[in-house]
Amino acid sequence: MWRYWIPGAALSAMLAAAGAARADDNTVTIGMILPMTGPFASTGRQERAAAELYMHEHGDMVAGKKIVLEVKDDTGAPDVTKRLAEELVGNDHAKVLMGFGLTPLALAAASVATEAKVPEIVTAAATAMITEKSPYIVRTSFTLPQASVPMAQWALKNGIKKVVTLVTDYGPGVDAEKWFAEAFEKGGGTIKQKIRVPLKNPDFAPFLQRVQDDAPDAVFVFVPSGQGAVFMKEFVERGLDKAGIKLIGTGDVTDDDLLAGMGDSALGAVTTHHYSAAHDSPENKAFVTAFEKTNNGMRPNFMAVGGYDGMALVYKALEKTKGDASGDALIAAMKGMSWTSPRGPVSIDPETRDIVQSIYVRKVEKKDGALYNVEFATMPDVKDPYKAAKH
Amino acid sequence: MLTILLDGVAYGMLLFLLASGLSVTLGLMNFINLAHGAFAMLGGYVTAILMNRAGVPFLATLPAAFLVPALLGVALERTLYRRLYGASPLDQVLFTIGLVLMAMPIAAYLVGDEPQQVHLPAWMDGRIEVHSVGIGVYRLFIIAICGAIAAALQIFLIRTRFGAQLRAAVDDARVARGLGIDVDRIFAIAFAVGSGLAGLGGALAADVVGGIDPSFPVKFLVTFLIVVTVGGSNGILGALFGSLLLGVLDVAGKYYAPSIGAFIIYAVMVVTLIVRPQGLFARGDGR
Amino acid sequence: MSASDAAAVQARIGAHLQRRARWRWPEIVFWLAILALIFVLPSRAGIINEALIAGLFALSLDLILGLAGIVSLGQAAFLGLGAYAAAILASWGFAEPALGLAFGAAVAAVVGLVSAPLLLRGGDLTRLMVTLGVSLLLGELANRNSWITGGADGLNFSIAPVLGLFPIGFTGQRNAALYSFVVLFILFAIARRLAHSPFGLALAAIRENRLRAGALGVDTSRRMVAIYTIAAAYAGAAGALLAQTTQIVSLDLFDFHRSADVMLMLIIGGAGYLYGGLIGAAAFIVLRDVISAATPEYWEFWIGLALVILVLAGRESIVAAAARLIALVAPRAAGRGAA
Repeated sequence: MWRYWIPGAALSAMLAAAGAARADDNTVTIGMILPMTGPFASTGRQERAAAELYMHEHGDMVAGKKIVLEVKDDTGAPDVTKRLAEELVGNDHAKVLMGFGLTPLALAAASVATEAKVPEIVTAAATAMITEKSPYIVRTSFTLPQASVPMAQWALKNGIKKVVTLVTDYGPGVDAEKWFAEAFEKGGGTIKQKIRVPLKNPDFAPFLQRVQDDAPDAVFVFVPSGQGAVFMKEFVERGLDKAGIKLIGTGDVTDDDLLAGMGDSALGAVTTHHYSAAHDSPENKAFVTAFEKTNNGMRPNFMAVGGYDGMALVYKALEKTKGDASGDALIAAMKGMSWTSPRGPVSIDPETRDIVQSIYVRKVEKKDGALYNVEFATMPDVKDPYKAAKH
Repeated sequence: MLTILLDGVAYGMLLFLLASGLSVTLGLMNFINLAHGAFAMLGGYVTAILMNRAGVPFLATLPAAFLVPALLGVALERTLYRRLYGASPLDQVLFTIGLVLMAMPIAAYLVGDEPQQVHLPAWMDGRIEVHSVGIGVYRLFIIAICGAIAAALQIFLIRTRFGAQLRAAVDDARVARGLGIDVDRIFAIAFAVGSGLAGLGGALAADVVGGIDPSFPVKFLVTFLIVVTVGGSNGILGALFGSLLLGVLDVAGKYYAPSIGAFIIYAVMVVTLIVRPQGLFARGDGR
Repeated sequence: MSASDAAAVQARIGAHLQRRARWRWPEIVFWLAILALIFVLPSRAGIINEALIAGLFALSLDLILGLAGIVSLGQAAFLGLGAYAAAILASWGFAEPALGLAFGAAVAAVVGLVSAPLLLRGGDLTRLMVTLGVSLLLGELANRNSWITGGADGLNFSIAPVLGLFPIGFTGQRNAALYSFVVLFILFAIARRLAHSPFGLALAAIRENRLRAGALGVDTSRRMVAIYTIAAAYAGAAGALLAQTTQIVSLDLFDFHRSADVMLMLIIGGAGYLYGGLIGAAAFIVLRDVISAATPEYWEFWIGLALVILVLAGRESIVAAAARLIALVAPRAAGRGAA
């Protein structure tokens, strides 16, 4: 009978030991909750690498405090994410929560952020309403409306009148479709069809057939990164590009992480986004070089820059508060903070705590033998349209 | 529209190739091998890596995409799987899920998280139009190759001596053993072929599904299971027709009614199983 | 057989069942130990809560799989139904947790009752796939109707203190764990009673050989529908607890991996004696947490390895170390232990 209790005791001991906290007034622990496994593991990988790079470049001491980074796998479940957030804040005394690859996960941690008064920095998720769910949420990634509206504006200015939208049927996709359509139709364009594609979709063939049937000037696309490659391939294979249908969309479809492997079918795609690894600035060149060097040649993408800027935000806020790591002080410091990120100039809107940044229109071209999103137009200081419309 | 029909057939053929191995192990050996997707993933990786890192032409990688998983299948079967033939289905489920959980991080560690792309040779990239019915060259290739394999398997089962022995072993292993048939060897070969077919399917599917990444086995596990259940785990023809039916219905459903497109495949399965619990083409004994 | 003989046999069986139904002291220690753990390790209340809810979910699977031999890959359907029902009720203003709990269990039970006839025909594989199909369909339905379910973004809501007295938010994590503990204990006690009743015996007969049970005069269909409905209610309660203690629900509750995880937990612990699900759930959740803290990227590998070793080493032999304890609680699937 005792043999039965031994495993039980062992489990309890593991529970207790794993929860042992390192309470220290001079440490600021940043809890990063990211998808480290599963279909979105590349997001976690990019973000963690970027956060670690920032710490490596700027040291781990800020305003007399030592910065400690703790990374957790969210396992894709909001209940687990919430529990991890609670443990990070309660047991590991995390002063900042960061990351969040999917909207439900960011929302799960929101109540922890509010109740514990801990800043939650969203570095990956892109649905617009997230920052409204807690006064302690700040975002350094982007919002889909932020990227979609400029695309509509560019399309209208460049002779595209009829569009079919094709988006993945989940939060960000619906956001992208809604905001693109609204802006496009307001400017006089016509949306001939709105196609929604299931998230677990291995085959775009029937949907592309529907696009072809309508023969629009362009198809506006949003798919989560990872599906961009197959979409491009099938788009070209069906001859849609030769039929004169332009491919436009948000930059998720030409994600830098995968662009190099996509092959020539991606050439010529025009997208709008907040970051391109080919962005021509000294900060970005340094960032990309350092990132590729420490990560076996892996090219940073917009997720990486989100994580990098998340860390930058924490460091700068701590400097401004002179080491005061309490939630209210940090949030107050973060509001209105502006700096030059590898993506370009960014700032945090003091009213909405969301990111204000430049949105670039880019085209996929070959540069130094590899595919890059080459920027050719810039829209500076784009605020999130969803919240701007409310004020 | 005939184009959609052909797209559906191509998708169905791909499903058949991927799921035929599962059908074999389930129907033949009554063994629930949830790790089947891992063999498909391996085949896909073999092709992608050979092409991208060693410059091997696409068609030349296909035999390797078959052989490597087949060999791995034999090795695993001899060492691990065979201990569990008599085990309860629950143990088999636990074991094979454990294998998949091990395979995915290994892939992530060795190859990385990004989907490995397979770039088809230029002559496969185009499209053929005949009287407003269009079909991609590659999809035509898939239909041709999978059809040939299906035919070869069927002929093999029906016409050859080994096939007869296989069918005997399936029907009643004890009696077959009593007749002097080496049932163990037959199972090993069947498992190897099933895994090899999965690998080949993975290699061919890589282009269609956007590259091979470590989460491939779980992404398609449900699809495989659906194919096997709808088709009935009886044999090649059952799996083939089940796959074709599902492929066409799925593609057509998404085309004609995109808002309910994803439902179709699940609803078809549930309805089929209500009406004919043993699958559409299974034997009457309801196994 | 004369009337008095028949009555005597019935009395003997009844007495035997009553003897088996008495609580043994190791069981009492087990439950007290869990309660103590919540008070001794308040900083780990979150994960204890998660383990308790998973244990209830695994218990619901044990009711159908362990007691009646019905395999299912779709228990997540009821988990999701219970969770969403409780969440929607709370977001409409009825924020008392007990109400949401009852509502969640009821909704799940109704769907279970309606879908139970699907399981009566066909073999094990059919049942696995039908249940899986139903849970995936429900997930799709929830995705489509985002006006009520929040779609892929999920639904978050606030919950009132339990019975008006015990808040269960961030500062009330221990309360949440206690709430889950109380619910789990009550439901477990009911399940235990059921297992040791004539109903439980009938289920055991169905599990061993459905045909023979039917030939003996047991109404197998009614019993199977009944236990499936009860199990659905249990899973719905687990879902409601999950929703209420985390104040968020999302579509992944209907996912295949939820059904697969709970089946893993039950198989690890052992099906049929009701404690297996609880033990398996605790082991799985704690191990997963500890390993993923050590290696966030590759923890799945170690869990997979543990599972493979567990099966190869013989789950039976590991469980045999606790065989005496098991025999005290409920005889195993061997069918022995009848009067």
